[in-house]
Amino acid sequence: MRLDLAHIQRWIEPGSRVLDLGCGNGEFLQLLRDQRQVRGTGIEIGEQEITAAIARGLNIVEQNLDRGLANFPDQSFDTVVMAHALQAVHFPDRVLDEMLRIGREGIVTFPNFAHWRCRLYLGTRGRMPVSKFMPYNWYDTPNIHFCTVKDFEALCAQKNIRILARDVVGNSERQPLLAAAWPNLFATTAIYHITR
Amino acid sequence: MDTPAGNSVGIVEPRTARFAEPLKLACGRDLADYELVYETYGVLNDERSNAVLVCHALSGNHHAAGYHSPDDRKPGWWDECIGPGKPIDTNRFYVVSLNNIGGCHGSTGPTSINPQTGKPWGPDFPPLRARDWVNSQARLADYLGISCWAAVVGGSLGGMQAMRWSLEYPERVRHCIVIAAAMKLSAQNLAFNEVARQAILSDPAFADGHYLERGTVPAQGLALARMVGHITYLSDHAMASKFGRDLRSGSFDQGDEEHVEFQVQSYLRYQGSQFSGSFDANTYMLMTRALDYFDLAREYDNDPVQAFAHARCSFLVISFSTDWRFSPERSREIVDALIAADRPVTYAEIEADEGHDAFLLPIRRYMDVFSAYMRRVGGAA
Repeated sequence: MRLDLAHIQRWIEPGSRVLDLGCGNGEFLQLLRDQRQVRGTGIEIGEQEITAAIARGLNIVEQNLDRGLANFPDQSFDTVVMAHALQAVHFPDRVLDEMLRIGREGIVTFPNFAHWRCRLYLGTRGRMPVSKFMPYNWYDTPNIHFCTVKDFEALCAQKNIRILARDVVGNSERQPLLAAAWPNLFATTAIYHITR
Repeated sequence: MDTPAGNSVGIVEPRTARFAEPLKLACGRDLADYELVYETYGVLNDERSNAVLVCHALSGNHHAAGYHSPDDRKPGWWDECIGPGKPIDTNRFYVVSLNNIGGCHGSTGPTSINPQTGKPWGPDFPPLRARDWVNSQARLADYLGISCWAAVVGGSLGGMQAMRWSLEYPERVRHCIVIAAAMKLSAQNLAFNEVARQAILSDPAFADGHYLERGTVPAQGLALARMVGHITYLSDHAMASKFGRDLRSGSFDQGDEEHVEFQVQSYLRYQGSQFSGSFDANTYMLMTRALDYFDLAREYDNDPVQAFAHARCSFLVISFSTDWRFSPERSREIVDALIAADRPVTYAEIEADEGHDAFLLPIRRYMDVFSAYMRRVGGAA
């Protein structure tokens, strides 16, 4: 289980309805179903991932987030989750709006581009960071909208999105305190619980 | 893809169920008594919870899988999907496949004798709608002792019956599998059906549908109808890759006066003539009209969301990228209505070159998705 997903879990009420945008192979939805009796639906476009999620007995809809979510009614889910997909969609701001139209609450995770390693890489080499954490080259990356902790919070303020909670994941065991104190510098993954 | 013999249900035998209680039809008439011919594959479990109903499409019949004799050249029409280890795994499921009433492969239809006149029904066979088929299938379920289907499955017109099942008998369906279907026909679909019917009507041998008494066969009209239909089952790409502009005879040489014949021409004519030798023209008229009539949400204020609110089952919806008869857009309408009605739904849009016909073919991802979902169906069986 990815660390960010383990963090998210506690924000989801048992027995609630969850929509998972970019649900991958359904690992998280299955966990929520089995441990929290959640009624979940996943959206995904990866062929292998969809088959894997179906095999887990989940309800998965093949749909491209970039084509919108207009087919989901207002406030039809308790929580809409989007883990590590915000940076890969064409219009992250619109997706955020849609999340909070469809769900009462949203949970978003994304890689923090202002992490000190990124800054160091860009600052010293002058080239787009490539690491184990962000393994793509600039020209073939699915991550077309990288942002930072500060960027995201600024967008939320601008959109009147309320941040219910923020959590961060550092890149080693020693760093949770650093990441909590200076998230924009030490968080590799940012996790937000939001609402309107 | 070759199907190893171990994956076949083997030799199967059609059976006939006779129903003496009149069936009230949507048109207002009663079908006094009728027969349904059907096949089954696999074994019904003790709980009677592993039964899967397969609904056939426009020109289908009860023979969905296996062979009738060792000499059969081809297996049943959906042999790719039904058998041991196949998506509808007969090691796990008890599969029921029937010929619908109004059909021409053994079930009561236009070629049957009308007991009131002692003559074939012909064009006087009552017009049918999908719900009539569903009602007659429910009688077959009673007859077989099946109170609830693990799944009702169908492609194209079969998918429409599956959806109708979910609304008419919500407590008798656990999963509804709708492949390459639509909630209603488009104007273009209606137009193609009309061309097909006009082709049949304009054949003098059709004799207003009374050809059986006259001893004539409207082969030309039926073949033409099938040719038109067949074009809509294939994608532009499938036709291009299968035939291109290859010639069967003649040449483009200057000085050559003979007409050329393209491969696609002879293919279509072959399909037409094969079909007209094995299918009944009145059944074709009846089936295309039933298709035209179908509108899942008509009686629910034309609101598919209201319609699906009556369903209690989970849904799998599958479409194919190059299907222009019932395009992915039509399937997405089904999915969107199900989402809005808060019904559990899984949807996959399969990349396939083969057009509408793809639902009959062993396309890798299609088989994977279908199999994965059926394992879920079987998990609770």
